Parts: sequence; C-alpha cells; structure tokens
Amino acid sequence: MNMLKSFLVFLALISMPSLASAQTANPVPATVTKEVAAPVASTPAAAVAATADAAPAAPKSMDGSLPGYTPMRPDYENSVGMPKPKEIDFQEQFSENGQYAKWINNSILLPIITLISLFVLGLLFFIIIRFRKAANPVPSKTTHNTFIEVVWTLVPVLILLGIAYPSLDLLAKQFKPAGKEAVTIKVTGYQWYWGYTYPDHGGFEVVSNMLKDEGDAARGERFRTDNDGPAQLAVDNRMVVPAGVPLRIQTTASDVIHAFAVPSLWFKLDAVPGRLNEKSLTITKPGVYFGQCSELCGARHGFMPIAVEALPPAQFAAWVKAQGGAMPGANKPLPPAIAPKGESVAEPTAAAGTATNTDNTAPAAVPTK
Amino acid sequence: MTTIAANPADFHGADDHADHKPAFFARWFMSTNHKDIGTLYLIFAICAGIIGGSISGLMRLELAAPGVQYLQGWASMMAGKEASLDEAYHMWNVLITAHGLIMVFFMVMPALIGGFGNWFVPLMIGAPDMAFPRMNNISFWLTVVAFIMLLGSSFVPGGTGLGAGTGWTVYAPLSTSGSVGPAVDMAIFSLHLAGAASILGAINFITTIFNMRAPGMTIHKMPLFVWSVLVTAFLLLLALPVLAAAITMLLVDRNFGGAFFDAAAGGDPVLYQHLFWFFGHPEVYIMILPGFGIVSQIVATFSRKPVFGYLGMAYAMVAIGVVGFVVWAHHMFTTGMSVDMKMYFTAATMVIAVPTGIKIFSWIATMWGGSVSFKTPMVWAMGFIFMFTVGGVTGVVLANGGLDDNLHDTYYVVAHFHYVLSLGAVFSLFAGFYYWFGKMSGRHLSEALGHLHFWFFFIGVNVLFFPMHFLGNSGMPRRYPDYPEAFAYWNQVASWGYVIMGVGVLIFFVNVIWSLLAGRKAEDSYWGEGATTLEWTLSSPPPFHQFETLPVIK
Repeated sequence: MNMLKSFLVFLALISMPSLASAQTANPVPATVTKEVAAPVASTPAAAVAATADAAPAAPKSMDGSLPGYTPMRPDYENSVGMPKPKEIDFQEQFSENGQYAKWINNSILLPIITLISLFVLGLLFFIIIRFRKAANPVPSKTTHNTFIEVVWTLVPVLILLGIAYPSLDLLAKQFKPAGKEAVTIKVTGYQWYWGYTYPDHGGFEVVSNMLKDEGDAARGERFRTDNDGPAQLAVDNRMVVPAGVPLRIQTTASDVIHAFAVPSLWFKLDAVPGRLNEKSLTITKPGVYFGQCSELCGARHGFMPIAVEALPPAQFAAWVKAQGGAMPGANKPLPPAIAPKGESVAEPTAAAGTATNTDNTAPAAVPTK
Repeated sequence: MTTIAANPADFHGADDHADHKPAFFARWFMSTNHKDIGTLYLIFAICAGIIGGSISGLMRLELAAPGVQYLQGWASMMAGKEASLDEAYHMWNVLITAHGLIMVFFMVMPALIGGFGNWFVPLMIGAPDMAFPRMNNISFWLTVVAFIMLLGSSFVPGGTGLGAGTGWTVYAPLSTSGSVGPAVDMAIFSLHLAGAASILGAINFITTIFNMRAPGMTIHKMPLFVWSVLVTAFLLLLALPVLAAAITMLLVDRNFGGAFFDAAAGGDPVLYQHLFWFFGHPEVYIMILPGFGIVSQIVATFSRKPVFGYLGMAYAMVAIGVVGFVVWAHHMFTTGMSVDMKMYFTAATMVIAVPTGIKIFSWIATMWGGSVSFKTPMVWAMGFIFMFTVGGVTGVVLANGGLDDNLHDTYYVVAHFHYVLSLGAVFSLFAGFYYWFGKMSGRHLSEALGHLHFWFFFIGVNVLFFPMHFLGNSGMPRRYPDYPEAFAYWNQVASWGYVIMGVGVLIFFVNVIWSLLAGRKAEDSYWGEGATTLEWTLSSPPPFHQFETLPVIK
C-alpha cells in the first residue's frame, strides 16, 4: 500500500510537482470543520433547511434510541444491506423486483455478454494462430459473403429480442403502482442530508445526517458506533419503514438534484426540485439497508448516506408513536396544520411543497427529548 | 513593390514551389495548411491528454485508500490558503469535471477529428487541402482559447470552492443556483468556444468530402476513415447546436434571471438533461466513429486484404449515427420517466448493438483468411476490437432500464464508458498514431517500444477499469472522493492499474522522442502492399502542397 502510494506520488510529482508536494504538508485532514456553505437557493424552504442543518441534530440519547424504539444493529455477518469487501457481485436483494433484476443480470445477461466477449476473443486468437503471415502467406481476396453478413445481423437481433422480453417484464413490474394500502414516505434531498416525511402518519419529517466517526465529531456531538452502521453509511436518524408492506416512495429535493439509492433494494430514484417522483417498493425482510446519494449534488455529495430500517409492522407503529405521529385509522387527533396527503401526488412546486412540509414538521425534525 | 518585372522568367508560377514553407510564425500560427493544422491539433491533444491524464492520477491517488488524504492539501495549494474540508470536497468535483471535459473536448475530439481527420481526409480523397483553410485555422485556435478558459476556471470561485464542480454534464440546478461565482460561467463559455470550433470543423469536413474528391473517388470508393469522419461531422453539426442552446440557457438562468431550469419559477431541471443528452449521446459516437474508421484502415492494411463488407461497414456507421440520436434518455433512466418512455429507450438503445456487432464481425472477417502481420498499429487495433466488445456488451446491460435502476451512476457506468473510450477511442488513437506517425513525421517509431507500450497500457487499463465493474455491482456511486471500507480492495487494485498504465504512457513518450531524434527515415509506403489508400502514394512526410495534379482513381 505504501509502495503504491509513493509510486502514485511519484507519478503525480512528474506531472504536478507543486500539488504533490502540497499533500505531504497535509497528510491527514484535521478534525472535520462543519462549515455550512452560504445558502444559495433563495426559496424559504432552503433557508429553513439550512437552519435545520445548523441546528443541533443530536438527540439526548447518544445511540439514537427513542422510547419504544432502539435502532436495529445491522447484520454485518451476512453483509445485509451493505457492500461486502472484495465483492464482485450485486448485494443480496431484499425486494422481489430486486431479486428478479439480479436474476436477469446474473442468469441471462452476464452469461450472454461473457460468451460474446469470449467468442470474439477466441476468434482473434484463432486469427493470430491460423492467419498470421507465417502460417498463411497468401491472403484470400474474399470481401463479401451475403449469407454470413445476414447471419451476424440476425443473430444479434434474436439475442436482443431474448433479452428484451425479461427486461421489459421487469420494467412493468417495477412500475406496478403501489395499492391504496401502501405506506407513503416522502424523501426530500437537501444539501447535504435527507429528510423523510410520513404523510400517512401525521406528516412529521425525520432529518437524517451522516454520523461522523468519534475523532471527527465535535465534542458532545453524537458519533458513529457499530450499532449505527459502517463508516460513511451510518446516519443519525434512519428512514424507518414497515417490512413486508408495500411502500410508496416519493422523492423530491429542495435545492439541487439528488438521487435516493439503496443497492440492496435495487432502488434508485432521482430527487428533483419541483418534481415529485414516485415508485413502489416492498422490502421482504426486516433489516437495515444502506445507500448513498447517487446524483452529483455539490461538495458533500459523497457524505449524505441513506439508511433504511425495515421493521415488523408492530415495531414500526411503535416508532411512529415515538416520533409523535399516529398510525392511519388510529383515533388520534392530528396536529391541526396537517392534513394527511393520501393519494395526492402532484404538487405545484417543490418550493411550496417542502416549505409547507418543513413548517409542519419543524418540531419533529429535531427530536425534542 | 511598384515595378513589374519585364522578364517572364522572373514570374513565379503558383506551382513552382510545391514544397515552399512559410516562415515559422506564419507557418504555425497563421496556418492554412491541413497537415500543419493537423499537427497542431495532435500536439494540442497530447498536451491536453497529459493534463487530463494527470488529473486522473490525482484521483486514483486519492481513491487508493479510504479516507480523504490529499484533497485538502491540493485545495489549499490552489487557493493559496488553508482550505476547509468542504472546499476540499469541492476540489474533488472540480477534478472529475476537468478530467471529463478535458478528455472529451480537448483530447479525444481534437486528436481524432482535428488531428487525424485534418491530416488524412484530404490525402485519402486526393484533395490538395481542406475546403476552407482559414476556417480550419480558426477552428484550431478557438479550441486553444477554449482550453485556456477551462483551465482558468479552476482558479476562480465556483460555489463552495475554486473551480467548476458540476461534473462534465453541468446539470442544473447544481450548475445554476448551486454554483455561485464565475467558474461555471467560464467553463460554459469554454464549451461554447470548443463547440463553435467543432461546428466550423464539421462544416469544413462535410464540404471537403462532398466537393473535393479526386476524379473517380466516388462516395462508395472512399476509404472507411473518410466515411467515419463524414458521419462524425454530421453528428457534430446536428448535436453541438443543441448543446450550445442548453448551456446558453444555463448562462441566462445564472446571470440574467432566466428560469428555464428553475422549477420554482416554472422551469424544469430535467429539461436540461434532455437537451444535454440529445447532444451527449451522439457525442459518444463522435468520439468513437473516427476510431472505427482508423481501425478499419489498419485491419485491412495488415491483413493484406480489402476490408470485408465495405458497404455494410459504411452504412453501419450511418445507422449508428442515426440511431444515436434517438436513444439519449437512457442516460436519464432514474429521473422519474414513465414506464413507456423507459421501455422505448431500453429497446432503442439495444438496437445500436446490431450495427456495432456488424462492425466487430466485419473486422474479424477482414482478418479471416488474411496474411496478418502484427505490427504495432495492428496490435492496438486488435486490442481495440476486443476491449470495445467488452465495453459494448456492458452497454447492453446498462441499456435495460430496469437493471439501470441499480447500476445508474455507479462505478459500473464508469467502467463501461472507460472501456469504450479509454480502451476504445484511446486505443484507436494510439493505433492511428503508430500507423501514420511515419507518414506525418518521416521517421519510424520503434516497433519494440511500441509493443512494450501496448502491453503495459493494455494490462494497466484492464487492471484499472475492470474492477470498477465489481465496485459498481456492489453499489459504489460515481463522483465520490471517499468510500466505505468495503470498497477499499478493488479501489486499490484500480490505482495500481493506473500505475501500470502510466508506465506504458512514459514508454510512448520515450518512443516518440527517440523517433524524432534518431528514428529511421520512413519510406513512402512503409507498411507494404496492404496499404492501398492515397496517402501512401506520397512521400513521407508528404510535400507541403500535395495533389496539385489530381490523382485519378480507376
């Protein structure tokens, strides 16, 4: 490793001497300074968002637990919902569409593309052996062969048709709308954290920031423990959802485009300001599933991870209660300003949407315990 | 001079000094000669390639191990003061942006189209020069100014830190409300200039190829490299104005209160992506088609056989060009498009595999039955065929909208497009360079060093880019300066690959310098009987003005 580094430093030295020497002056970043860039968007939502970011997000408990809810420990042993060292395959999938998609890739596409590549490689090797100058001094003059040209046009067409069938089938499944009973979660991307709003449960918003490691976190600030998840993936407040229940994930953003992505759920949907994207998702097993923002969104693009915690419905209800929300149908008065969103999808603009949202949920966003 | 010489012998006919070269400044800074402008483009592309390649070296250095080790130092260096962590992260975005823009607009395009296109299109069609020699000159110098603009943008504020950190795609609203400061404006203006230069170049090539072919050089007798440049020129002509419009709209949004892409004022951020990729997808064919042409010439030359299925090869490129305009939204599968659109773009994208397959198999059929000699250019061309196949088939995977839901914006995509560009377009560039260097300079490159360069580069780029498929599969997103521990192994392997590749590039430069200083003199047609196109009928290097008597093609 050190050799590699010094070699790369050497190469960098050749090309950019000044830059490379600069790095030795700063070998390790000092403690993380939390500098919030000047808010660029002029919308009130962004302003509120920036305040939310600046506000002390740390709850009283240093492990993120609430009355009736303790964050689930991720399954490190089986690398559930997180990348595995030296892995070459996809992460294990925890949605039916994800399993289907992984199967399409690993059982149909991967064999086909491997065979095609090896076929071309084999032909090249055959040419190297059989048609090198020494082996074949007199070249043929063949320049056309209609039959073979028709074959190598039609065979790829047939292969592609074979791929297209499961591929389009997968798309149809992925776009199957979530039913009436689905639980709606509205995901809002901010620079650089996520907000998860639960319109069916009182409209509270959970603000989710990356957890820093102990050395990097400010004094008294909550830092990451193994219970929260791997470094760079762990967050302070997870997006908690019920397992085995259809979810209606809606995404939007308040400033620039982000993308809500969880590899182990085969889920990725851009969060675009002014749009409300929607996709359905059913998580098959309780667990913690990590993801990362997947659309370049500025400086801390790499530092706004996603953690989805799927709980059995009863425990999910307990978590909702701990957040100050209510299960739909439960005879509990909602906070006056909030009307359940129900099936409504279209919203005029994100600015308006998120502004309302943040206003409603400001108390819940920063847990008050 | 007011007197006119009385003696007719004092008159100089226009043809008297076919090889009379202007003095240094006039020759290189006011050039109207397609070969000199081609040389300028190649030198420029090599310079830009060194800068863009060094930037990727910085990126591989930072990514060699988890944690942010170097960025803060580099950012402090650029700013001349201690940089914050956010400024360091911004620096990362500046690096990825610069690497992408430089390699696309200032390395691959100038080298393939400006360099080899300028040099060999007139020679191959038997023309004395390009149709618009002065426009050719302005095309080149606009590119230089554009490059200086882009480099300059990294020294002015661009939001969180210095430079434009928007990615080469310059997506709104990150590039509008998300990046305050002149850096992004400079980068956009740089793209305007580079785009204008390319449009002028495209007009020049189309006019030249349509009007200046030697007698008997019908459209269906043109060498495939000329075909490839012709198709490329049309793609440039049709795609670049759309980019120019899109980035002009960005400028309006940024500076003049426009709201094309601002949702809060009735605009739409996704509209920008449609405009960008309407340009951006043809752009990837702009980068690879001339490579197709070069590989076709080389494969035929070293197999000592005419290219197999000439018409199929030519019209496969036309088909790729046409279909390339109707598949753009596969770059946007996760933006929330409808199921019908996703299905259409999935199917349309897969169609491109058919003409591409025709090309791959026709190259193989050209070699089949040939008497193949494995000189350096041929080795690069064969490397191209295999690596482009690998990059192509992962493109078929990504074409599936449902699978792209996971792979989009991960390292799998990075692997895919580096296989078709860094191992496709760049391999064809090196192949063309080894093929034509003797013709351009009059000196041979070393075969031994050329092969050594190939093997280091070939192994290097595969070690560098193949593990990225694995990283993408297991979920590592693109454009990240740091990553969870689990991704460390393949990232380290990839960084080692960069080192191996870097050694290969150093061998290349040694070879070029050695050749220019002490290389053997090149004969007129040094690749022997397999090289049948018109440039091999001329001396090496060709006279300053060639084909003053037009060749007649039978």
